[in-house]
Amino acid sequence: MTDIKTNTDKVNALSKESNSASSNSLWTLFLTFSHIGLFTIGGGYAMIPLIQRKVVEEKKWVSDEELVDLMAVAQSCPGIFAVNISIFIGYKLRKTPGAIISTLGTCLPSFLIILAIALFFQQYRENIYVEKIFRGIRPAVVALIAAPVFRMAKTAKITRYNMWIPVMAALAIWLLGVSPIYVILLAGLGGFAYGQYVKD
Amino acid sequence: MLILYARLFWTFFQIGLFGFGGGYAMLSMIQGEVINRYHWLTMGQFTDIVAISQSTPGPIGINSATYVGYISLVNAGHEHYWGFLGSFIATFAVVLPSFILMILISKFLMKFKNHPAVEETMQGLRPAVVGLLAAAALLLMNSENFSSPGVYPWQFWISIGLFFFAFIAQKIYKMSPILILVLCGIAGLLLF
Repeated sequence: MTDIKTNTDKVNALSKESNSASSNSLWTLFLTFSHIGLFTIGGGYAMIPLIQRKVVEEKKWVSDEELVDLMAVAQSCPGIFAVNISIFIGYKLRKTPGAIISTLGTCLPSFLIILAIALFFQQYRENIYVEKIFRGIRPAVVALIAAPVFRMAKTAKITRYNMWIPVMAALAIWLLGVSPIYVILLAGLGGFAYGQYVKD
Repeated sequence: MLILYARLFWTFFQIGLFGFGGGYAMLSMIQGEVINRYHWLTMGQFTDIVAISQSTPGPIGINSATYVGYISLVNAGHEHYWGFLGSFIATFAVVLPSFILMILISKFLMKFKNHPAVEETMQGLRPAVVGLLAAAALLLMNSENFSSPGVYPWQFWISIGLFFFAFIAQKIYKMSPILILVLCGIAGLLLF
């Protein structure tokens, strides 16, 4: 009788220990971020509510204010928003290994799903019905890319004074075939130079 | 083939490094490098990839890098398994710059995030990213995606109709992108 009791006590103690240790273990990091990667469709900003629930409310890895700060930095950095956030949080919890594991978690579900689809789609590309379906989808894709342009113009604070920047950028890429990479480099340098030498 | 892998790596590394403004703005870079410069895939294939990236889970940047990595190799006449390696290389390359930058920032630069020079640079970048997005949409408005009014008027006008349907459904009625793509797919199946 006493044996059983001490045993259950031991088990309880063990599970408690593993609970506190596993709350920020590499495996938990991986699971959390692969969950975030798997359950957000549409990418990027659609992920914010889920990231908030998982990372702030459930795991308490960062506070709400910290997450807002991280998002501001991740947004102004190049790269994929969700990946940037996961690197920040992974690094904060477990340094470089944590960053590697959380990035892997965010990317792996999409990677495997897309590979499966690519393999499948490649085989049925020539199929007449698949072709018809995608012929219908293509104009919609163009519309889905065109629709957020105006909303983005609002968040980027486009006024009639800086409107020439997006217009010139779009025309240079569209009509002259300038690589968007050069446009970004020039715009960043231009903004910096303007702030440094012209503004004051 | 080694050259193709090296180019894939370098191209997606650059896209990851200069890809400000998230997935959609990145699409414009993928267009610029992968289609206009190297011709690894056609504009039509690219549009299909965007459709699939939008309607499957995960960040659009990752989805499209994975897909482009695979298709580039297969289009060049290589076997499927070489395509898998291409996917891995493109995805790894697009994430690598973020990885290096974010760790450097976490280590050293967090305190500079309110520095005026950062805000000044962003003042040039933000409007340009809007231009990138507009260019991505404009480049996709071609005969491969909409057909041409002279040759196939029926297909052309149906495509224009689907474009406006999707635009209004998204912008005014905030319909989910997946539902829009599914409805347009059904319309394509019935009308074309």
